[in-house]
Amino acid sequence: MTPVHLRIRNVSRRFNVNGTTLTALDDVSLDIKAGEFVTIVGASGCGKSTLLRLGAGLDVEHDGIIEHDGKSVDGPSLDRGIVFQEPRLFPWLTVERNVALGLENAAFSKAEKRQLVSEQIALVGLSGFEKAYPHQLSGGMAQRAGIARGLVNRPDVLFLDEPFGALDAITKARLQGELQDIWATEKITMVLVTHDVDEAVYLGDRVVVMSPRPGRIKQIVPVGLPHPRERTSAELAAIRNEVLDILNSTNGETPKLATRPVAAKRPVATANHIHAAHRAKLAQPAFSTTEI
Amino acid sequence: MTVLSALQTPRAVKIRRGLTLPVLLLIFWEVSSRTGLVDARFLPSLEDVFLTAKRELVDNNLFGELTASLLRNIAGFVIGSAIGIVFATLLALSRAADALVTPTFNGFKQISLLAWIPLISIWFGFGEQAKIVFVAIAAFIPVVLNTYEGMRNVPRDLIEVGHALKFTNVQRVTRIFLPAAMPSIATGVHLGLIYSWLATVGAEYFLAVGPGVGGLIIAGRERFDMALVMVGVIILGLVGFLLNRLAAAGEAYLLRWRVTAH
Repeated sequence: MTPVHLRIRNVSRRFNVNGTTLTALDDVSLDIKAGEFVTIVGASGCGKSTLLRLGAGLDVEHDGIIEHDGKSVDGPSLDRGIVFQEPRLFPWLTVERNVALGLENAAFSKAEKRQLVSEQIALVGLSGFEKAYPHQLSGGMAQRAGIARGLVNRPDVLFLDEPFGALDAITKARLQGELQDIWATEKITMVLVTHDVDEAVYLGDRVVVMSPRPGRIKQIVPVGLPHPRERTSAELAAIRNEVLDILNSTNGETPKLATRPVAAKRPVATANHIHAAHRAKLAQPAFSTTEI
Repeated sequence: MTVLSALQTPRAVKIRRGLTLPVLLLIFWEVSSRTGLVDARFLPSLEDVFLTAKRELVDNNLFGELTASLLRNIAGFVIGSAIGIVFATLLALSRAADALVTPTFNGFKQISLLAWIPLISIWFGFGEQAKIVFVAIAAFIPVVLNTYEGMRNVPRDLIEVGHALKFTNVQRVTRIFLPAAMPSIATGVHLGLIYSWLATVGAEYFLAVGPGVGGLIIAGRERFDMALVMVGVIILGLVGFLLNRLAAAGEAYLLRWRVTAH
């Protein structure tokens, strides 16, 4: 048995919004093994991003226990990388120097840092763009730089908060493939939050399905197919349908205030056109295969 | 490229259009003083002004006067804007300092700069020191206002990236706040440079006469030498124009990471 790498035990998170208490996460427990790829999927307001922020240590106001390698998570750590939905590059720095930010406080020599930065840039396929400024990059390239910054310090777990949510369908599919390759090479634990069921099923060893208001884990679906996967395989499609069924069974509640600690822009994924056919075929009332 | 086509480039066209009004004014000036439309004692001819400029440059110490003014300007500008950046950074980043000081500063900035002159002259005398203090205050105010504004508008997303990457407080300021606020700081410094040049002349007017372009103009008025006054005014305008161009070039270099919008 692989040891538990991230232990999340009875974790709840409440927010105070205008005097009322909103429960974003209610008694969530989840163990993640070292080297596992876990995807978390759910409708907006199900607390999936909250859970990710708690795991990464960006938010520490919670009940229950969160441990990384047996140590309580009480703030961010360089052993935990994070990739946000927006690339969040510093516009005044070149790609190279943006990636190097991840090593700012790492105990490497200058030469080692340079080496790591150029390796990461090559790994995410940005060689040749080291000296480019963020405004010169496309959305996909910028997100690659964001991933490189999250990985450059060799964290043993990488948290990804809807990293491909703002990308077009083709770039998205390509980056999903590349992320899978990176995961296979680097052998690190990955936790990816998404609202895209296809993405969750394609990438995850296990798919954690969450239900909203209050945010709870509805069910954990093991995928059990070897990586790299065939997007069109029947097994994958069956698992995807299973996840969609679970999601739709959570669909009774009326929407309330979305509970997020930081109000962030969340552009809707632009993959509609490609998956419209899928959607029509499945005719799901609330959740398409792509977006929920 | 022929001369004609060189005059047709967008840049050349822009320069030509910009020069149209000054050239027309010069012609109007020359014609009115030559034809006796105005009294030449009040508005000397261009030739007179040119000869006076030559006389001041060669026989007198026009270059020295200009240097004196510029040094005064630069000293006050550097002191005022450096203190301004540090002061505004403190206000923007420390909640306690902000609550304590910002309301007072907002009152302070409403006071006309010229109102400070009596106080400055009593506290610092009429010499160089007083003038530099006056120039520094002129630069300080726009630098503080703009730096503060810029620091307050640093995107929270980037601050959070710094948090995730375990930035120290010093790194937060040097890696995030200062560069993110740089466009605003540059605007403030640019304004500070213009204000401090205006204030340099003001200080030379209102504080005791010493070497400087302002002093030159005062001497011209006292001797009823309007050509000399004109020389002073033209120099002030030219220097102001050049300082403005210099600041714009510096700004463009510092902010080259921004999407350029032409």
